[in-house]
Amino acid sequence: MIKSIKTWILIGFASMLLVACGQGGGGAGSKKSKTLENTKKAGFVKCGVSQGLPGFSNADASGNWSGIDVDVCRAVAAAVLGDADKVKYTPLSAKERFTALTSGEIDVLARNTTWTLSRDADIGLTFVGVNFYDGQGFMVRKNSGINSVNDFKNGISACTNTGTTTELNMRDFFNSKNIKYEPVAFEKADEVVQAYDAGRCDTYTTDKSGLAAQRTKMSNPDEHKVLPETISKEPLGPVVRQGDSVWEDIVRWSLNTMIEAEEYGVNSSNASSLKDSENPAIKRLVGSEGELGAAFGLDNDWSLRIIEQVGNYGESYKKHIADTGILPNRGPNQLWTKGGILYVPPAR
Amino acid sequence: MNLKKFNIENKKIRDLIPQLITVFALLSIITYFAINAQGNMGNRGISFGFGFLNQEASFDITFSMIEYDGSHSYGRAFLVGLLNTILVSVIGIFFATIAGVIVGVSRLSDNYLIAKVAEWYVEIFRNIPLILQIFFWYFAALRALPLPENGISFNDISFLTIKGWYVPKFIWTNFNVFLLSIIVAMIAIYFVKSYATKQRDQFGKQIPVFTISFLIFLFIPLITFLLLGVSLTFEYPVLKQLSPTVYTYEGGVSIIPELIALALALSMYTATFIAENVRAGILGVSKGQKEAAASIGLNKNQVLKLVVMPQALRIIIPPTTNQYLNLTKNSSLAAAIAYPDIVLVFAGTALMQTGRAIEIISITMLTYLTLSISISIFMNWYNKKMAIKEK
Repeated sequence: MIKSIKTWILIGFASMLLVACGQGGGGAGSKKSKTLENTKKAGFVKCGVSQGLPGFSNADASGNWSGIDVDVCRAVAAAVLGDADKVKYTPLSAKERFTALTSGEIDVLARNTTWTLSRDADIGLTFVGVNFYDGQGFMVRKNSGINSVNDFKNGISACTNTGTTTELNMRDFFNSKNIKYEPVAFEKADEVVQAYDAGRCDTYTTDKSGLAAQRTKMSNPDEHKVLPETISKEPLGPVVRQGDSVWEDIVRWSLNTMIEAEEYGVNSSNASSLKDSENPAIKRLVGSEGELGAAFGLDNDWSLRIIEQVGNYGESYKKHIADTGILPNRGPNQLWTKGGILYVPPAR
Repeated sequence: MNLKKFNIENKKIRDLIPQLITVFALLSIITYFAINAQGNMGNRGISFGFGFLNQEASFDITFSMIEYDGSHSYGRAFLVGLLNTILVSVIGIFFATIAGVIVGVSRLSDNYLIAKVAEWYVEIFRNIPLILQIFFWYFAALRALPLPENGISFNDISFLTIKGWYVPKFIWTNFNVFLLSIIVAMIAIYFVKSYATKQRDQFGKQIPVFTISFLIFLFIPLITFLLLGVSLTFEYPVLKQLSPTVYTYEGGVSIIPELIALALALSMYTATFIAENVRAGILGVSKGQKEAAASIGLNKNQVLKLVVMPQALRIIIPPTTNQYLNLTKNSSLAAAIAYPDIVLVFAGTALMQTGRAIEIISITMLTYLTLSISISIFMNWYNKKMAIKEK
């Protein structure tokens, strides 16, 4: 018995060594996209989403997904397959999301994921852009008498999601304020909400959009409020696997198309009528000028389909975030021309 | 060299060949997986290595038995998780054994009520999936506890609240002296015991070893309190107001509800299996043994201690070892309720923050393997000690 266990351990180490020794040989992206080929073959885009965050990615009672993250996947499906509904959604926990992407279970991760250096550079991922500028905040009970983060005192307990940037920012924040706190980290967002709601924690911290969305799930939403301070930058955006630069470009420009369309006033209802527009930038967007799609191996109507089937960024925001009462004010997520920081490179 | 040695008809060789083939096949499969993983990781620009263990973890953990905060390394965070896993396993095994023995013996009771209650306990708790029991204790039972300001008070020195169970903290002075006195007491007891055995073997004299041992164990440490400057004081938890409606307790030790729920669920569940082992063990000793023991003049306690239990234990120990192993492995369900065990802290948070899935999962698997093997080795040793010694 013991002898065979020893053998096993040896084998384990041997296999690890094997993996450890043979490193190197990074993948350079070729012009041909394997992910694009596979997606066309399968007939749907494999998209990783959250396990339910209203406004970003949330399934209704009949299993239809909606939200601004979902719209990124829909845009990719419209561009690549011609039909925004041809998406297969995989709900993922914060912990599972990157492994699901690197292992090929999904091809696009649109799951309110913060763009950081280590995630981008270290673990085989590439962030393609930002579809929501967020920041971390705190939620407390209205009657707690806590009106600002400066009212936090030693011994406060804070609920959050495990494996998120939130968990790290929380520590930086409390450390800088020299406050001793009790972190309680759950794997699922619903468990965090439930724990805070029951009184296990005095405050709940995550991205402010998340706080606003989760508040709607509480037993009595009016009893809670979000503190005014923002303690971190949280640029949320879609992620793809490293090594397929064509696919990366497709996802990046699908998102950019939505934002650029809003900038030029192109929306789902007027897009096809703008084919003969005076403005060459609009003509490029709706595919009546230039050969932009060819660069990724797509036809020229790819961007028109995105705008027609999914809509521009402003429509998507209004439908999922503003009209649902999560964050009626666009704040930084307004176009650069209107005082926000949404600014995308020109599509030409 | 004897050529016959290599003949296929040689039993040794014949036995060895299938084993060699199996090992070779296994090695090939593992090598294939390793090469495959290496290739795929290379394609995606993912490096492999254990250097991250020295990097700063930069996340905090609710509950730790050693000094830890986010400025420590991932390696240290691993240790925190491991110790928390061991803690909940030890607590679980301790209470599961006690509850298991009590319930097992109760099932054999002549008292109808006691026997039936024990039977119902076993049938209910072993037939509900463990994860549901953990959820029950955590989300239903412990979430119903009051907020700190209305905490259930035990004599004002200990408080049970939704945020945890706050108990007094022990503050020792000269703890080393106290520890030393316990070791001295144990050595003394060992000598008393061997002296008593000698007396019994040579002169047939019975010395009340248990009473003497108990007194030694009580008096030697007591002397350190009275003469050698050892003292023990308690720091009691005190209610502290953080804001108009937010309270917590300061001082003392906080036992987090996640630990209570997990330990409760694990021990209540595993106790049912241990109870059945105990029942089987006792029923497995034939009645004739007890009658024979009584006939040579042993009293009731001696019959139990010298005749029934040694034989029952031989039946009880091996399956109970399995239950201890199960309990330890089941403790990984901690991740479901935010108890910071090795799965939540290391295979969860650390994996997420570093993205090093293969390294972290391998380490975690090896850790559980090592834990399980350690328990096995210990229980096998204990089993051998209890086995029939044929002279």
